[in-house]
Amino acid sequence: MSGYLRIRNLSVALRDSGARLLRSVSLEVAAGEVRGLVGESGAGKSMIGKAVLGILPRSVEVVEGEIWLGDVDLLRLPPAERRKRVGANAALIPQDPLTALNPSRRIGGQVTDRLVDILGWKRAKAEARALELLAEVHIPDPARVMRSYPHELSGGMRQRILIASAFAAEPRLIIADEPTTALDVTVQKQILRLIAAMQARHGTTLLFVTHDLGVVSKVCQSLSVLYAGLMVEDTTVADFFRAPAHPYSAALLAATPKYTDPWASLMPVSEAVIDAVRAEVDAAETEWRDAR
Amino acid sequence: MPRSIPGCVMLDGRAAIRRRLGLRLWLSGGWLALVLLAALLAPWISPQDPLAQDLMSGRLPPFWVPQTEPGFWLGTDSLGRDVLSRIIWGARVALIVAFVAGTLTATIGSALGLIAGYFRGWADRLISRLVDIWMAFPPVLFAILLIAVLGPGLMSIIIAIVVIDWTRFARVIRAEAMNQGAMDYVASAQVAGMPRGRIMLAEILPNVLPTIVALLSLEMGISVIVEAILSFVNLSISTDQPTWGGMIAEGRISVHQAWWVLVFPLIALFLTVLSFSQFGEGLKDRFDPVLR
Ligand SMILES: Nc1ncnc2c1ncn2[C@@H]1O[C@H](COP(=O)(O)OP(=O)(O)OP(=O)(O)O)[C@@H](O)[C@H]1O
Ligand SMILES: [Mg+2]
Repeated sequence: MSGYLRIRNLSVALRDSGARLLRSVSLEVAAGEVRGLVGESGAGKSMIGKAVLGILPRSVEVVEGEIWLGDVDLLRLPPAERRKRVGANAALIPQDPLTALNPSRRIGGQVTDRLVDILGWKRAKAEARALELLAEVHIPDPARVMRSYPHELSGGMRQRILIASAFAAEPRLIIADEPTTALDVTVQKQILRLIAAMQARHGTTLLFVTHDLGVVSKVCQSLSVLYAGLMVEDTTVADFFRAPAHPYSAALLAATPKYTDPWASLMPVSEAVIDAVRAEVDAAETEWRDAR
Repeated sequence: MPRSIPGCVMLDGRAAIRRRLGLRLWLSGGWLALVLLAALLAPWISPQDPLAQDLMSGRLPPFWVPQTEPGFWLGTDSLGRDVLSRIIWGARVALIVAFVAGTLTATIGSALGLIAGYFRGWADRLISRLVDIWMAFPPVLFAILLIAVLGPGLMSIIIAIVVIDWTRFARVIRAEAMNQGAMDYVASAQVAGMPRGRIMLAEILPNVLPTIVALLSLEMGISVIVEAILSFVNLSISTDQPTWGGMIAEGRISVHQAWWVLVFPLIALFLTVLSFSQFGEGLKDRFDPVLR
């Protein structure tokens, strides 16, 4: 089965220095599949999502690669068409529910905008659908919430709204960028369960960015491990937890606390492993330079 | 970490802030309303003709001094013109300059600031460079030079204020637009395919509006001062139209014989400028969706 989202040899680099933040990354998410994307902070997980959605910061640029969404390479489309294509087929669940909703606009407008803009619906129809969606993500009294401002709602509530608005226009692909990191633990679980349930019900292709392997084991079918912009492992969740192929992944897995024995495994990734994977990154970098 | 602070503590703090803001808003708004009414109703409420000279009743003291003539509440100047009536008519010029110059400055400066801060790139470089060059000129000298070129008159004052002060808005609004542009809600709108112009107007503008309003009010106060200064140095409108600055200039000469000619227009000027700045601050907090 060929994937709905296929990233091939994607390199993203800083504009001024030319230093690569993503190093020839390839990744594929099959239609309806949930793929985890893990790696330590700064590895470039968000950068992959931003490249796909066309919201890279100004200071960086794509220097090579292809990003196929269905049967088109987004990087070959003219900007206006690319925006339209992405808007109609993809959506984002952002990390921080505090800044992801416009503080000076009521919730209702922010959710219905998607339907009006992308699907060309009338306001009234969009509003009715927004009410349904809010109910679907278990928001009590959706009519009141539609009239509220973001600061009147709790973090968990806001994240539910963001999930609802991500699914609103029935996108084929959703990129969730650490959607639970900003929430407290009890709410995290509810939100995870909600995303999983919504994904299953809507059959959405989901790229799930996280640094929590525990979350991956519960939500994802496959996963990619990123280190310093280099993809070091690309496997199924079952295989990964049985026997990770790359030493860095193995160390990452060993460093994840287990509920049965919370203290035993709480050790950092060993220096030897880090040195090895660094060397690998350097080798990839030299090879890439030489090839140009 | 607001979530860990008990809700009641936060609410109490906000209520206290709101009460203090309320008083400030009412006092400054009250004075401004009074000045506005005086300006609008000048022909009907001013007790005397502001231009009528009567050398026989020159330098009459204010009403509480026993041997004064009734009907000249705040006394008369050396030419026998009624001070109160001249202050009332002077409010007209002051407010026309405040509203027209303030609004034009705010509109032009904020528009350029928004474009520079949100679109960045060459537009930002161009506008920022322009602001830098502009700010290198000493403002008062610049104003006097401009008026010397344009010739004295209400129109020239307004143009001078706009030309000099747009940078104040451009700088502040650019910085705010940049902050807002980095928020996730802007990224979400971009992913949904909202055109950039509409993102600027519908998403970013509402969030910088409180700042624009506060600056606008401050700018109105500044306009009143600038007009007064230019009248003071006799560069404002024709001398037969009463202005606060002109009155202060005349009152200064005879301050030892008739202090009231100087002091009353000064008080009017001071209270009006102060009220504009306080009103702006109060409005800003009232507008702020989080404090609301
Ligand atoms: N606006 C930017 N300009 C330049 N470099 C950036 C910018 N944003 C991020 N980077 C760099 O790109 C690299 C990847 O960042 P990215 O945000 O993708 O990391 P991440 O894996 O999502 O980490 P986290 O778990 O902290 O979110 C980092 O080294 C970071 O310093
Ligand atoms: Mg990230």
